[in-house]
Amino acid sequence: MARTISIDPVTRIEGHARITLQLNDDGVVDDARFHVTQFRGFEKFCEGRPFYEMPSLMARTCGICPVSHLIAGAKACDDLFAVQIPYPAQMLRRLMNLAQILQSHALNFYYLSLPDLFFGMDADPAKRNIIAVAQENPELAQDGIRLRQIGQQIIETLGGKRIHPSWVVPGGVNAPLTPEHREMILGGVPEGLAILKRALEWFHAHRDAFKPEVNTFGNFSSYYLGIVNEKGNLEHYDGNFRVMDAAGNIVVDQLDTLKYQDLIAEANEAWTYEKFPYLKELGYPDGMYRVGPLARLNIATACDTYRADEELKNFRSSTTTPAASSFHYHWARLIEMIYCLERMEQILNDPDILSTHVRAFAKPNSFNGIGVAEAPRGTLIHHYRIDENGLMTWADLVIATVHNNLAMNRAVLQVAKSFVDGKELTDGALNRVEAVIRAFDPCLSCSTHADGRRDLQVDLIDADGRLVDSTTR
Amino acid sequence: MDEQPIAIKTLTIDGKEVGARSGDTILQVAQEHGIWIPTLCFLDGLTAYGSCRICMVELEGNNRLFPACVTKVYEGMVVIIHSPRLEHYRRVIVEMLLSERPHICSVCVSNGHCELQTMAQLLGVTSVRYPYLMRKHDVDASNHRFLHDDNRCILCGRCVRVCSEIEGAHTWAFSGRGVESRIVTDLDQPWGESESCTGCSKCVHVCPTGALIEKGRSVAEMAKRRQFLPYLTVMRKEDAE
Ligand code: SF4
Repeated sequence: MARTISIDPVTRIEGHARITLQLNDDGVVDDARFHVTQFRGFEKFCEGRPFYEMPSLMARTCGICPVSHLIAGAKACDDLFAVQIPYPAQMLRRLMNLAQILQSHALNFYYLSLPDLFFGMDADPAKRNIIAVAQENPELAQDGIRLRQIGQQIIETLGGKRIHPSWVVPGGVNAPLTPEHREMILGGVPEGLAILKRALEWFHAHRDAFKPEVNTFGNFSSYYLGIVNEKGNLEHYDGNFRVMDAAGNIVVDQLDTLKYQDLIAEANEAWTYEKFPYLKELGYPDGMYRVGPLARLNIATACDTYRADEELKNFRSSTTTPAASSFHYHWARLIEMIYCLERMEQILNDPDILSTHVRAFAKPNSFNGIGVAEAPRGTLIHHYRIDENGLMTWADLVIATVHNNLAMNRAVLQVAKSFVDGKELTDGALNRVEAVIRAFDPCLSCSTHADGRRDLQVDLIDADGRLVDSTTR
Repeated sequence: MDEQPIAIKTLTIDGKEVGARSGDTILQVAQEHGIWIPTLCFLDGLTAYGSCRICMVELEGNNRLFPACVTKVYEGMVVIIHSPRLEHYRRVIVEMLLSERPHICSVCVSNGHCELQTMAQLLGVTSVRYPYLMRKHDVDASNHRFLHDDNRCILCGRCVRVCSEIEGAHTWAFSGRGVESRIVTDLDQPWGESESCTGCSKCVHVCPTGALIEKGRSVAEMAKRRQFLPYLTVMRKEDAE
């Protein structure tokens, strides 16, 4: 008899979700759906508010990556001003965004994903957590805590607060960098790089054990989307769109991010609060693409920092080109963390970084403003419209996790087909289904912009649509 | 010419004996003696108004509460500023103010510079026991330099008073009653179309919250400057004489 399996809630992800596995009459997984069960409505309640509140207001969508929202929001406001913000302000915002990516990647790698990687997918669920990792390998766990702290401290040093700083403002930032703070941040770079060296050594020593996961964790063809700088290299703050196809051909390059609506469109499905963006030209669902660390490293010509490029070479020689398995998001995150530290060092050594010219003052000169930046999980788009007095009339946020929605659903189906057999819901199988979601590091609070539930539910539904089994974790 | 001798009264405030001139208010005397009485609608330089009720004090021998900003002293008066009853009422007032309009400090331009927020902190208001009304008020952004956000207004009337008493423009006034009360410019026209407004910005700077602000400020950036007010008041008086 056909059944449906439900995993609800999905654990160790940022937000609340449920997975439904549909079995056919032979008890084989037929379809899988990743439902986001929370709804938020930020785009609605911003209406009528002054535009300059938006960076801080929209940043409240998320406690993990508020900085990315601040930055995309402030960039959208710069676009409403229709001004070029001072160079030092751009560099300072970029610095904070890199610190944000560093801390968020460290959170995903060490706190959320490492327990699966360290103990293996079939290990006792009670054991798969960072505390248990700390008991067995204290150095590794401490490294994770410290690395995240380095990122958080940089955010705090720059913005005066770890979470939700209001330093990034329309037109720039509201205070320059002091020489003491510059030294403080620089001081953390060598330690961070040493931690990442150890992390890579550990990762490479254990990588082979995950061959089955590499093959089945969202290992499929898709497009890859992100922003790159004018040389085509890795970029997170300000660049143009590049899209690569599954064969590694660059199909869109240096497209102005303000034209995002020419590139992507969004579809809705009744069973989830999350939208499904797709590449407009290819239609839905063929225009499925991935964003985030894996996509960024696939599309970038190079990182353009020494150590990150060394590891990127290693990455490219050991994976397909472009790397198709979503399992490689983990490796990509490690490389990006190295890049973040190296790039921060470059920025801090820029002769203009201590300049006090960090803000442009203007009034709105345009009724339409778009801000695009790379958040830890991928491309983040804030689009605002205002009336002639500067009050918001409309907003659209396209969030990193949402871009990956089609791909995540596909990945869950692939893993479920390989590891779930309809007769028995083993812990190892269910955990793999969850782990593939974790590889994407989705942030559901952001993506549904919450009221709602904690954690992941998996439902098993038969061919007649009856709920046969359901587990909550 | 013979000057009238100033009558001196003695009273006690929270157990401390103090001297005062007749005609002084309890608040004036307390401030002169460095004794803190919480206030919100009161502002030195403007007529005391007694609307917010935060400065309520107890007078021995009387069960009523009296607003310190408008109650005159008398000989032998015994004033109590701190009592469990007063502290309870003051907190209730602040909680009601916070629940009446959507005060979302974290995204407010006045965050960190707001008298309502500071008062809540000083009085130990850590939560609000009443449901938030969450009524939506339109923001008037029609003035090209300033913005009027009713969502943050506590109806203290400082803007109304400074505009009439110091600037003489009489642009601001109250409209509506009870929960419908609002401050309006001219005859409830958009501020940007006001004929009477001189654009002096005094209302903005006396506003204790994020209700009247300068455009171009981002979240937590709207610090107000009110040092000018007592000097202006003195100068205007001298001019008049
Ligand atoms: S006006 Fe004051 S109390 Fe109200 S939201 Fe702004 S900071 Fe908070």
